[in-house]
This record gives sequence, C-alpha cells and structure tokens, in this order.
Amino acid sequence: MREFGYDRATDVAGAIALLGADPHAHYLGGGTNLVDLMKLGVEAPTRLVDVSRLPLAGIEVLPDGGLRIGSTASNSDIAAHPDVRRRFPAVAQAVLAGASGQLRNVATAGGNLLQRTRCPYFTDVTKPCNKRVPGTGCPARDGEHHNHAILGASVQCIATHPSDFAVGLVALDARVTVQESDGPREIPLEEFYRPVGSTPERETVLGPGALITGIVLPGLPIAARSRYRKVRERASYAFAIGSIAAALHVTDGTVTEVRIALGAVASRPWRARAAERVLLGAPVGADAFADAADAELAAAQPLRDNAYKVPLMRNLIVTMLSELAEAPGR
Amino acid sequence: MERATAATITLTVNGVAHSLDIDHRTTLLDALRERLDLTGTKKGCDHGQCGACTVLVEGRRADSCLLLAVAVAGKAVTTIEGIGGAAAGEALHPVQQAFLDHDGYQCGYCTPGQICSAVAVLDEHAAGWPSAVTGDVGAEEIVLDEPEIRERMSGNLCRCGAYVSIVAAVADAAGAQS
Repeated sequence: MREFGYDRATDVAGAIALLGADPHAHYLGGGTNLVDLMKLGVEAPTRLVDVSRLPLAGIEVLPDGGLRIGSTASNSDIAAHPDVRRRFPAVAQAVLAGASGQLRNVATAGGNLLQRTRCPYFTDVTKPCNKRVPGTGCPARDGEHHNHAILGASVQCIATHPSDFAVGLVALDARVTVQESDGPREIPLEEFYRPVGSTPERETVLGPGALITGIVLPGLPIAARSRYRKVRERASYAFAIGSIAAALHVTDGTVTEVRIALGAVASRPWRARAAERVLLGAPVGADAFADAADAELAAAQPLRDNAYKVPLMRNLIVTMLSELAEAPGR
Repeated sequence: MERATAATITLTVNGVAHSLDIDHRTTLLDALRERLDLTGTKKGCDHGQCGACTVLVEGRRADSCLLLAVAVAGKAVTTIEGIGGAAAGEALHPVQQAFLDHDGYQCGYCTPGQICSAVAVLDEHAAGWPSAVTGDVGAEEIVLDEPEIRERMSGNLCRCGAYVSIVAAVADAAGAQS
C-alpha cells in the first residue's frame, strides 16, 4: 500500500477544504470497501480525509412523512431504525441483505452508494480494466462474466453496481444531498450514476470534492408496503446475482401505483421504468406482471455466461408483484 | 502540502489506553497483534470476508482487518482477551462457556472471531435488531431461532465446518442470557 496522509474532518466545510488541498485525496467513511481496495492496489490515495465522525449520522423524520438519512449513519443503524423498518421496509430489507453484521456496523450510508464494483478484473491490478485504467480493455466480455450486467452496459464495461441498499432507495424515489465547493445540491438517486458509455471510470455526477451529506426518502405512503428480495449463490453474505425492490397499489382491480427497481443487472441500481409504464392502469394479474417483465427485459443484452439472468429477473419481477398483489392492505 | 504518513495515537483496548506511533497504513488488526501482542484476534483473509479478526469497537462488532488504527483512535476496542474474566482467573463469558460445552470449534482459529461476533449478536438481538431472515422486518419481538443465528453469524466462516456446534453454542448462550 502506498503511504498516505490522514486528516480527520470536524465539519463539512473543513472536509471539503482538506480534500481540495490534495489532488489525490479520498474521503474515508467506514472504509470497508476503500481500505480493501487500497490493500489490493486498486486505490492509492495520497491522503485520506476521514469524514466518519462528522455530525451526519442522524436519521430523522421529515414533515412530509419522509426520512433524512445522514451520510455517516451506519448500515446497521439504518436497518434497525423503527421508521425505516415500518415505513420503508424494502430499504431495511435491502440493507440487511448486504454484507455481514460486522461490515454493516462500520459501513456508512454515503459509502454504500459510492462503493465500487466487485468485478474480478476491476479488483485485480494485474488485469486490464477500462474502469480502473481507461483504455486498457475489458477482459470480462469474453472471460468471467457470469455475474455481470445485462442492462445498460457498454462495449467498454459490463460491471454491475453491488449495492442492495441503493436498489431499495431508487425504487422509492430517494434523493442524494451533496455539498460541493460552491454549495449544496440535491440529486435524484436515479440520476446520480452516469450511464456507462465510453467512460466507465466516471461513475457518478458528483463534482470534484463533493461530499454526500445525506439521503432523502420522500414520504410515499406506498413505501410502507414495499419489499426487497435478493437471489445469491449462497444463503447469506454474498453479493446478489439478481435482486428486486418493489411496491404496488391496486384500486378496484387496476394497478394505480407501482415502483420497481432491479439490482445486479446494471452499472447502477436499475429503475424499471418500462415495466412500470406497462403496469400503470393495467388490470392486476399474472399476465400484466409477465408483460411488464418482458417490456423491461426486452432491452437485455446477455452474454455467453449471464443469459440466465434474463429468466431469473423475469421470475423475480412476476413473483414479487404477485406477492405484493396478494398481500393484505395493498 | 506537508503530508505526515505516521501519527501518535491512543488506542484503548480492553480498558487500557496505549500510546502508539503508527504508520497510517496500519490496520487495527495489525496494531493489536504486532504492536500490543494481543494475538487472540486472528488474521484470516485480511479482506473482510472471513470474520476471524472480529473485535468490538464501542461495543459493536467489526472486522479489524478493514479498520485503520488511526481511524479508531480514541474509541474503545474489546478483543477476545477482554471478553469474560478468564484473564483475571474469573468466570468465562457465557458465550465462551457455551462454545466449550458444545465443542463449537475444531482447529480453533476462527473461534475468537466467532465468540466476539456471538457476543455482539446477543446484544443486537436484545436491542431488537432484525436480520435478513426476519419474516416481518417491522416486528417488535424477534425469536433468535436457528435460521436467525445462522444468518446473524454468517460473517464468520469456519473452514473446519463446525457450524452445527457453533449454532448450538450461540443458541445456548442466548437462552442463558434471556
């Protein structure tokens, strides 16, 4: 690991100033991903600005019934919070589906959004990778890609975003609050991650030195009946091969409100807008659910070893919507 | 900009404050083992995937291999040496006794991490925290049954495969505590 300087920020403005003073500085939150990437040589910051003790760990109820989750709140505190559990269950379930108890205690909300892909070529510095070293190529396309993207990928990169939390958030219209050098900014999470295109190394729309200060969940009544489901290769403590967060409201047999997001299928948490469009106003039932899944997955571009994800996601969408339609109090 | 790459920090471990000159790159795990001779905490994968290095920081379990010692400065760390009273000739922690009673190990390498993790699992359950297998994530009462214990302990791998006995030990300790 390369030697680095270390500063502990005491306020947001100070953190941004410290970061701006060193062109190769990184913010340090819980470090559960960054420290590992530094050990692997994937990241080599010359300075860490520790933001983990900034007074941003609170989780508060907003006047509209929504929630503000501070960016340094631990994953554990988010999942244990009574208002998250009762009013945004998909978010609590998504957080609990990720990592282990030890990691969730340390990992922060902001860091969860900014964690890097677990693509084996990205984390192996002896291999080419367009995301790690732009222009070097992507061995995953013809190599090990059984857990890579089927939606929204590009020739340059087929890596997936690994977060569960972000899938729950994007389904429920979460916004990211950010402090940049020229002031605060609020970004819908759906627009927070850039399309991959030819610049897979540029993952978010954050400006240089920007610091995530929190996440806002709007007070959507439908969120109280949201759910998250994750499929993985072992029963626990593994990244998803496919996941879904969804909420459904039916009035007199017709879908009147629906939110669906998919995980482990793209470079970002994937809001399934095409599926939602098909469902809105449709008669509730298995046919509509299958039509919606097919509409979303029509754009899928599976590769040699990840084509299983297309029927997997279709089944996840249909099953999740069927369960939501049958749940009491829909 | 002047850039120091080492610091003098105070690390409080098992109630004792230690002043240490450390390179910023030093993990909490390496500081415990190499600088403080607290070798009960084990290095397994060194990447946060196995849980052998689990300690408690401010009472919460964490993988010490992914924590930088400089970032933990000033926080209270508890290692396996600080669990129970055996070091002072006093009684074992109920979780330690349960691992003995149920033979919850084979080679023993993962055991300090398993025990630190289990101690925290009991506290997390007592605080009402749900898990990924909790049927109703909003439930106020959660029974710490076998699926719950397996899920909550999933961050600790045991390559000998002593899981059956580990689950029994944690269940026993949970019953003794409630």
